[in-house]
Parts: sequence; structure tokens; C-alpha cells
Amino acid sequence: MVASVGATLIGLSWLALILGALFWEGFSGLSLRVFTENTPPPGSDGGLLNAIIGSLIATVLAVAIGTPIGILAGTYMAEYGRHDKLTSVVRFINDILLSAPSIVIGLFIYEVMVRPMGHFSGIAGAVALAVIVIPVVVRTTEDMLLLVPNTMREAAASIGLPRSLMIQKIAYRAARSGIITGILLAIARVSGETAPLLFTALNNQFYSTNLNAPMASLPAVIFQFALSPYKDWQKLAWTGALIITLSVLALSIVARALTGARKSS
Amino acid sequence: MSAHAVMTRERRDEEAPVVEVAWEGQVVGARQDVEERAKALDRLRLSDNIFKLMTRSAAIFVLALLGGVMLALFLGSLPALNEFGLDFFLSQSWNPVTEKFGALAPIYGTLVTSLIAMMIAVPFGLLIAMFLTELCPMWLRRPIGIAIELLAGIPSIIYGIWGLFVLAPFLQQHVQPGVIATFANVPGLSALFAGPPYGIGIFTAGLILAIMVLPFVTSISRDVFEAVPPVLKEAAYGLGCSTWEVMRYVVLPYTRVGVIGGVMLGLGRALGETMAVTFVIGNAHKISSSLLAPGTTISATIANEFTEAVGDLYTSSLIALGLILFFITFVVLAIARYLLLRIERRIG
Repeated sequence: MVASVGATLIGLSWLALILGALFWEGFSGLSLRVFTENTPPPGSDGGLLNAIIGSLIATVLAVAIGTPIGILAGTYMAEYGRHDKLTSVVRFINDILLSAPSIVIGLFIYEVMVRPMGHFSGIAGAVALAVIVIPVVVRTTEDMLLLVPNTMREAAASIGLPRSLMIQKIAYRAARSGIITGILLAIARVSGETAPLLFTALNNQFYSTNLNAPMASLPAVIFQFALSPYKDWQKLAWTGALIITLSVLALSIVARALTGARKSS
Repeated sequence: MSAHAVMTRERRDEEAPVVEVAWEGQVVGARQDVEERAKALDRLRLSDNIFKLMTRSAAIFVLALLGGVMLALFLGSLPALNEFGLDFFLSQSWNPVTEKFGALAPIYGTLVTSLIAMMIAVPFGLLIAMFLTELCPMWLRRPIGIAIELLAGIPSIIYGIWGLFVLAPFLQQHVQPGVIATFANVPGLSALFAGPPYGIGIFTAGLILAIMVLPFVTSISRDVFEAVPPVLKEAAYGLGCSTWEVMRYVVLPYTRVGVIGGVMLGLGRALGETMAVTFVIGNAHKISSSLLAPGTTISATIANEFTEAVGDLYTSSLIALGLILFFITFVVLAIARYLLLRIERRIG
């Protein structure tokens, strides 16, 4: 049982070590310049503006594409096909997609988008991220709709509300905070993803918002800069890593607070 | 009586026209009303059906997505599989110049790094789960649980950069020389821990993977531990068992299926993990007997070489690697889901 306490302490110390290293290496590089200047060539000053903008665009697009599909699929599973065969198959497949290696998703989008289009592009990166968003949203939407009490559905049906309106006006409203949590978790997951971007959006040294051209993203820049031999690039990589980690952890803490509030009320 | 009759008749006479007018108006209004209602109902029925169709299509789309992934990878890897046949799985050579590609080294690296990860993460995960369900004071459970789960939220690339700049140099300077010296004269182990201390390599990758899958093993083990009926534990405690004995002889056997499911889920993650491994594995396309030597994994090879791959055969070989990875993780995750579903049914 001493081992059990020790294991927990070691487990917690990993978190402390990683966060500590991030702050130690990345905090000093954090300045206004990081958010206002583009990625520099080695040896000169610069920031991460194009990478941050690229990441934001890709994430927003991925959520815009993935969320509606995910919510609709989750709605079918919880509201229409709760007991049918299709739902159990979709649930199983969705769970597989949820933990499928993200690099495989990247290869998939390379095959269906990058190769036919003939070049890497921001939109391909966003679609690859959307494929990662979908299973997260499907899962939470289904779970949250299943938590909505049936008496609410019966009450809606008894005043003659059609089923689609009942779902939109009653069930969605009751499950809202849970579904938003799912979306936040999906954003957190997607914003740190690197592997699927490497051969879809690729990377771009310059500021670009053209969706039809290669686009920079924070994770891809970190990958490139961290593995480079240049000290100032490595420094920027650490700063980028700190920015991503802080935003991801903030998102998951907000998501947790939302579900926590719902549980206690 | 007659007065009453007169009065009612009079009243009826007075009211009659009014009633008639109102009644006729109602007939007109009602007809319009019925038609409008029918129209409104049609509209609702239509939107109802459209909504249902949309949700159903989205559900089917999720299925198609997985089918699409499989199909795209399969078609993409056909040139390589046609060219090399079964040899692709058995050959260790990876030579872009002569265009000879074999997947054995990456497959080996993937399996060995994942194995190391599970050998470290499973005991740690189980012990932490025990701590959280049996020993930890109530007020500490939630914060510690959240802290462990935050480990799962940290992006893979952060583990990579930390592993490369912090963990690997530490292992190289302070741990590996000692390990190599200690096992140098032990038969068997001397081959496993041989060679110069690079810092990066198969073992470092396995260690980082262990930290990354720890939260999955912990949170699922904790969930299934918490689902053990309290009477079972109380009975064992009543017989005078220690906490350890209760865990070992009551909780673990009862939750075996769920724990294995959680372990498999963690294994699925470890097999497919890309960025963290890419940073610290060393990218050497060879199988070496030492765990401290650099190696490669399927996902690291793809991440490193895909954008530099020239020629269809090179690209296709990398996609074939992706197909193998997808197949392995699919099987592992499917087994994990099946086991977890079984325990869910038993609990529910």
C-alpha cells in the first residue's frame, strides 16, 4: 500500500516536471512580439503570429465542419435509434475512430484531398482535424442526450410537439452544457494535434490565410523548430509549446467546470 | 310556467340571429382553420422527416468515415504491396535509393516501445487507481484524479519536446551509464542494455509512452474498481483481510475483464502515438538487440519521411505502413471495447 502512495506521487510528479520544464524554458520567451510578428528565419527575431493565426483558422473550421455532423449523429443515436442495430454499430465504430491514431487520419485526408487537389492546403488540414472532432462530439452528444429524463420528452409529446421540435427545443436545451463540454474537449484535442497536419496543411513560413495554400500551425512550427539545430528556433518552439499547453489545459478545466456545475445542480 | 316559456322563447328569438351569424362565421373560420392546420401539420411533418433524415445520414456518415479510411489506405498501399508482396512484412531493408522497402523494423519498434510502455504504465496505473479508490481521503480524490487526467490532456508534441530536451539528456547523463555498467556482465540482460548511452532510443520512447497512457489505465481501472459492490469488500474486511488482500483477492479478480479492457485501450493509444515518439526514437531503420539503441516506429517513420518521399513506391510504402498500424490498433481497440462493453453490461 506504500507502493500505491508512491505510485501516485510519481504520477503527479510527471505532471509537475513537464509543466515546470514548460514554464522554465518557455516563459521567458513570452512577449508581445510572439503574437505580433511572423516566424523568423534562423538568427533573427520574430514571433509566432502566422502559426497562431493558422492554428486558429484550422481549429475554427474543423469545429464548424465537425460539430454539426457530430451533434446530428449523436442525436440519431440517442433520440431516434436508441435500440436499433445501426446505433450499436455506429457507437462501436465511433469509439474506434475516437482512439484511432491521428497520423492515420492524416494519411486518409492526404489520399482523398491532397492527392486529387495536387497540393497541400489549409482546407485539407482543417478537414483532417474535423475528422478528429466528429467522434468526440458524437460521443458526448449521445451521452448527454441519454441523461435527459424521458418525462421531459413525454411532456413535450403530450402537448403535441412534433419530435424534431421536441429534440431541438427541449432535449438540446436540457443537454446544452454537456454538448458544449464535448465541443470544448474536441477543441482541446484538436489544437495540439500535429501528425495529421504534417502532410495536409504542411506548414508555411509566411503569413497566409489562403485556404487553398499550405498554412502554418503552431504544432507544425513547434515540430520544425524544436528539431532544428538553431537555439533561437528551439526557444520559440518552447514558447509555442507553453502557449498550446496553457490553452489546452484551460479549455479542459473549463469543460470540467461545466460538467461539474451540471452534476451538482 | 308560461311566463318562463315566453321569456325563454323571447330570449331565443332575440338571440337566434346572433347565434346564426356567429355560427356561420365559425364555419368559414373553421374551414380556413382546418386547411391551415393541415398545411402546418404537413410542414411540421416534412421538417420532422428532414430532421430525422439528417440525423440518420450523419450517423451513417460516421460509419462511412471508417470505411473511407480503410479503403483509402488500402488503395494507397496497393502499389507497394503489389511490388513487394509478403516480403514487405518480413524485410528489414528500408532504402529509398534502391526503392526497397520492408516494414519489419518499424513494426518491431512499434510493438517493443508499446510493450515497454505497458510494462511501466499498468502497475503504476493500477496502484494509483487503488490509492484513489481505497486509501485516499475523500477531499483529495477529485483533485488528484483531475491532475492525473490532465496528463492525458497535454498534447503529444509537448511530450516530444520535453522528452527530447529534458528527459533524454537526463537519462543519457545520469541513468543509462549506470544501467549499462550494472548489466554488462549479466548474461541475457547485457545484450538488452548495451551500447553507448544515446539518451534517445527505444527505451526512452517507451518511457514517454508510459507516461502518456498512464491516465487511461488509471481512469478506467478506477471506474471499474469503484463499481465493485461494497458488500464484497466489506465481507473481506470483516474476515480480517488487509487492504492489500482485499485488492488482490477480491477487487482485482472481480474487475479483471474491465482492467484488461482499460489496458488494451491504453495499448491502442501507445501503438498509434506519433509526435512524442518521433522526437525521441532516433529514427534508425534497424532492429537492434539493445533497448537503449535508436530505432523507429510505424508512426514515426510516416511523420518523418512522408513529405520527403519522392516517387509513388516510397509514398505507397509509407501508406502501407499506415494500413498496418491501423489494422493493429483496430484489432486492439476492438478487443478493448468488447471487454469494456461486457463489464458495463454486468454493472448496468
